[in-house]
Amino acid sequence: MNLYPVRAIYMAEMARTRRTLLQSVVSPVISTSLYFVVFGAAIGSRISEIGGVSYGAFIVPGLIMLMLLTQSVSNASFGIFFPKFSGSIYEILSAPISYLEIVVGYVGAAASKSILLGLIILGTSSFFVPLEIAHPFWMLTFLVLTAVTFSLLGFIIGIWADGFDKLQLVPLLVITPLTFLGGSFYSIDMLPPFWQSVTLANPVVYLVSGFRWSFYGISDVSLGASVAMILFFLAASLATIAWIFRTGYRLKP
Amino acid sequence: MNDPIITIDGLNKTYEGGFQALTRVDLTIQRGEIFALLGPNGAGKTTLISVVCGLVNPSEGHVTVDGFDSVRDYRQARERIGLVPQELTNEAFETVWNTVSFSRGLFGKSPNPAHIEKVLKSLSLWDKRHNRLMTLSGGMKRRVLIAKALSHEPRILFLDEPTAGVDVELRRDMWNVVRGLRDDGVTIILTTHYIEEAEEMADRIGVINRGEIVLVEEKAALMKKLGSKQLTLQLHSPLAELPPSLAQDELSLTADGFELVYTYDGRQEEEGRGISTLLTQLEQAGISFKDLHTRQSSLEDIFVDLVKERS
Repeated sequence: MNLYPVRAIYMAEMARTRRTLLQSVVSPVISTSLYFVVFGAAIGSRISEIGGVSYGAFIVPGLIMLMLLTQSVSNASFGIFFPKFSGSIYEILSAPISYLEIVVGYVGAAASKSILLGLIILGTSSFFVPLEIAHPFWMLTFLVLTAVTFSLLGFIIGIWADGFDKLQLVPLLVITPLTFLGGSFYSIDMLPPFWQSVTLANPVVYLVSGFRWSFYGISDVSLGASVAMILFFLAASLATIAWIFRTGYRLKP
Repeated sequence: MNDPIITIDGLNKTYEGGFQALTRVDLTIQRGEIFALLGPNGAGKTTLISVVCGLVNPSEGHVTVDGFDSVRDYRQARERIGLVPQELTNEAFETVWNTVSFSRGLFGKSPNPAHIEKVLKSLSLWDKRHNRLMTLSGGMKRRVLIAKALSHEPRILFLDEPTAGVDVELRRDMWNVVRGLRDDGVTIILTTHYIEEAEEMADRIGVINRGEIVLVEEKAALMKKLGSKQLTLQLHSPLAELPPSLAQDELSLTADGFELVYTYDGRQEEEGRGISTLLTQLEQAGISFKDLHTRQSSLEDIFVDLVKERS
């Protein structure tokens, strides 16, 4: 692997984040903080503890996961979509670099941004609620794996999208609803039995559950199921990207 | 000169919708030359360049760049190539310095600020290095694209319509830059609509029409072979008709009888009946003239004739 092109793409993407600091960093931090104020402090004070954890603290992993999924997808999809939109993708495609190097550059930058945001929000949440992280290694593992996996998904969306509306389609209509319904704000034990079974078909449940377990040792599904689900997503995304580059789908006529 | 740097062999390209953009293209570009590829809109110029540069997958055929297969050995092939695209495509919010440095890194080269400085100065971009691309004029953006293509020190430079929409002064500046690159040993392939550009700069001309290479020729030889010349003689007194001793296909008399027009190319001279023979014949026939002027057909005339002939 030639590291110069990877570094060039990575640094260019990170520079874009610095240029758009308000949109890239400040905006998600503020919106997540609003969730803490509304659900954690205002409404949460009237909700009893869940699994021995205060409601405000209980929603922290879910909120971080919500931000992680949406930001990973948005950052990565925009990162590759914009050169396509502006036409400057010609330079990437004519450069002496492998597909792997292109993906590592773009996805690495998008995942880095999301991880950084996740850690900022984790820090911010400690101002609102008392936090504990029971399994720091697993917390970081879930954070990194989720950011990378959903950045890969974002990269796929960025290649697939042929307009800004499609770029927003998946984050708004798929990722956000699945995250809201995936136990970010509640334990699935709180649902009627039928809806509990339905919810288990939502893949985000496994991600939120695993991530929450790394904080408080409580989960809706087993750790093994959570790890298996994230690895399955990772493998599926990698396979799709390999197919895109092999066929030149929406990149090379 | 036979030192090919690019060899295109049996190249076909059919797009998904069934449009055949290239048909059995065979072409060899010699090391160090300026090769101009001419052709009308939609002839296949950009597709041909795109296949060589890796932007479009060929349907059939092979491209070899400095001995490396453009698909199998894409790293070695592409690192030798710089491409200036037709469209003004760039990252609007980046600065000139950053975008040119980015291109160098993208092509796998270690940072070299001295080289970037040299390139920017040679293109009169040094003063604009901290400017965002969105603030530059069209001509300056075009220069930035050239700077990006030169950032990794390519041995081959593709210029796809490099001076489209560029004013005359800037166009001449660019020609000087291109000549300087050729002097440094860079092979240059340019596509253009400006025949004047090809005529001014190219060593060899290729004409592509409807996806087929119609002709490849040294520019001088092409001009000699296909370019006709006209000698017009203004007579002292009008002629009613040409004397029988002067009757030949190449010579005609204007309606008012005051002008003799002699149309010729390289062949007449070789056959021993060129201008000097004509002038001798005129003297012998007692025909005198008070003035003369010549006109040589331009590459544009040749190109238009060729394309018309093949359509």
